[in-house]
Order: sequence, then C-alpha cells, then structure tokens
Amino acid sequence: MTIASALEMALAAVVLGMAIWTIAARETFAAAVGFVVYGLLLALVWVRLDAVDVALTEAAIGGGLTGVLLLGAAARLRASETRAAAEHPGGILRLGAAALSATVAAALGASVLLLPDAAPTLAPAAAANAVATGLGNPVTNVLMAFRATDTLLEKVVLLLALVGVWSLAPDRLWGGYPGARHQADPLGTLAFLARLLPPVGIVVGIYVVWAGANYPGGAFPGGTILAAMLLLVMMAGLTDAPTVSSRRLRLVLIAGPGVFLVVGLGGLCVGTAFLAYPVAYAKPLIIAIEIAMTLTIAATLGLLVAGAPERSAGR
Amino acid sequence: MSLALDIVTITAVSAGAFFFLAGTVGLLRFPDTLTRLHALTKADNVGLGLVVLGLLPQAGSLRGGFKLICVWLLVLAAGATVSQLIARAALASGAGGKRGHSTVRAARHDGPPT
Repeated sequence: MTIASALEMALAAVVLGMAIWTIAARETFAAAVGFVVYGLLLALVWVRLDAVDVALTEAAIGGGLTGVLLLGAAARLRASETRAAAEHPGGILRLGAAALSATVAAALGASVLLLPDAAPTLAPAAAANAVATGLGNPVTNVLMAFRATDTLLEKVVLLLALVGVWSLAPDRLWGGYPGARHQADPLGTLAFLARLLPPVGIVVGIYVVWAGANYPGGAFPGGTILAAMLLLVMMAGLTDAPTVSSRRLRLVLIAGPGVFLVVGLGGLCVGTAFLAYPVAYAKPLIIAIEIAMTLTIAATLGLLVAGAPERSAGR
Repeated sequence: MSLALDIVTITAVSAGAFFFLAGTVGLLRFPDTLTRLHALTKADNVGLGLVVLGLLPQAGSLRGGFKLICVWLLVLAAGATVSQLIARAALASGAGGKRGHSTVRAARHDGPPT
C-alpha cells in the first residue's frame, strides 16, 4: 500500500465518521459546524479524484455558503431548541422514520452495486467534441454547451429559492430590506477585515470565473466568492443590502437566466436548435453567459443568506 | 543542493505539524475559551507558516511560491479576526474564564460583539 492510498483511505474514513457525527449530533449548532467540516473534507476527496472543478464548488457551496445558511438557521432556532429537544416523538413515528431511512439507504446502495462494471460514460464523446466550443475546460464544455439546458434550469431553481425566502416576509415589510441590519464597531477587527479582504476576494472571484474557460473554475465558485465578499461587507455593517424592490437588484437577479434564454432563443432562430451556439461565436457567447450568471449567482447567494425582508423600505 | 532543500522542507513541515499537534492538544485540554483560542491560533499562525516555509523550496516557480505565501497571509488575516470575534462573544456570554476577564478587558475597546 502506497502512502497516497493510505492517505486516501484515512480521508475516506474521516469523511464517513464526520458524516455520522453530524447526523448524531444533538445540538443544531454543533451539527451545522460538523456539516461545514464535512464539506471541506469532501472537497479534499474531490481533489484526490482529480475533479478540481467539483472540489472548488463543494468547498465554496458545501463548506462555505450552505454552512453560513445552516448556522443562521441554527441561531434562529436557538430559542426553541431546548423545547424541541425535550419532545419525544411516538414509537410509530420513530419506527416509520427508521424504516424510511433504511429503505432509502438500501435503494441507494443497491443502485450503486447494480451499476455495470464499466460504467456507461459520455466522457470520450465530450472530449472528442471539445474543439467545437473553443474552451479548454471539459467541465465548462459540458455545463455550458453539451448540457446547457440543465445549467439554465439550475439558475432558474436558484432564483425560485430566493423567491421562496422572500415570500416569508410579512405583507407590511414587503419591498423592504432583507435581514437585520448588522452593527459592528467601524474601527473593530471585523470592519478591518471587511476593508482588507474584498479587494483580494473580488480579484480572486473574477479570476476563478475567467480561468473557468480553460482551467478548473467557473461561474459558480467565482460567484460564491463574490457573494462571500458582499456578505462580509454587509456583516461588518459597512453597507446594507438593497431593498428587495430595488429595480437594479431585480435586473442583476434575472441577468444570468435572461442572457442564457436570449442566447438559447437566438440559437433557435438563427441556428439549428435551442441553445445551439454558432461555432464561430461559441466561446464569446459562452463567456458572456458566464459573466451574466456570475453576477446573478453572487447576488442570489448573498441575498439567500441575508434572508427575508425584515425592515420596511420607508425607514 | 536539492538534498539540502529537501532537508529544509522535511524539517520545516515536521515542525509545522508539531505545532498543529500541540495546538490540537491545547484545544482539547485547556480549561476555557480564551486559552483554547490561544492554542488554536498558535497552530494556525506558526504551524501553517512553517508548513508554507517548508513547501516553498518545492513550489517549482516564483508564482507558485507567491501563491503559497498569499494563502498563509489570508489564513492569518481570517484567523486573527475570527479569534477576536469568538473571544469577544465568549467574554460577553461569560464563558471567557476568570483569567481571561482581567487580561482581555483592557484590549476591549471595540464595543460589543455582533
């Protein structure tokens, strides 16, 4: 056994242990922290599998942004946590939950075990047609060209999630500012970091998007980094989130799916099919979509964390 | 030359790993939040610094080495900020421990934790 495979087995064991610990943890806050650690370890697993694109997204979304969302949810639940922990569900409910979990786990295990040994793959076909788009990163090729419809729908789902969060607002606060206004000492450490880090983070975020054409990266990890910078500045109280009725915000939110749809319909009118890029313009079109999507992803993720409107616009 | 560089790498990374180990032991064994933070930040700052120092001869290019140093500086900035915030939150909730209250109160001009 080489050192590398020993390391991988240890990593897999730690990831499994972390997953079990996260499920078993009684406290919501501890479980959320466990989930963040699990996401970061999973990113290492993806790196070991040479899937750097997936690793970047897992670290940004699974370890970073989902972690912040869960920690926010844990903070909101803290008041009712002891009451919820004291509740004991009935025997039938527990038995039902156990049976359902066991069935899902068995079905998942069976479907993995029943896969043919040489798993069916479209990777050679994707690699053979890579020249058609002029992009060097095969993952971006699949996401933006070969399976572009999936990516388009994924962006729409993201937008629907934000609409879902916003719809939790009471009527009188509709159109107001999302979340609580964060207060921090303007001369404190958090405000210092919020001034120091964004210039670096914005450059890194834009670089990750730009490099995604030929190297691991892309709109999702890049947009998440930009969202993190926005959240840092907001949490340090240096700026406030825009009101949910702001027209500029709404334009940014629909920019990604909008540009994607326009290009797709253009393919239907000029070319052969929905989302068929003309070969000569494939790369500039894809990069234009990526840039618009990055803005949308950054704004959507930032506002998902900020939450439903809690302060009226007229304040 | 390359043997000398390898020896530098092995020495510095081992020293870094020792600091991480010591920091972890401190995190598990120290009595209150502030002393645990103290142990943790030593591991982050010095341990990661030594690991980065050890990896520099293996970086291959000036750009790779520069990126490694950037990673260390970013972790330093994030770690220092987060430990300050946790320490303030611990003080405010009274989990700071007896010793922490007297030593950190002097530096507490930043207002209440957020």
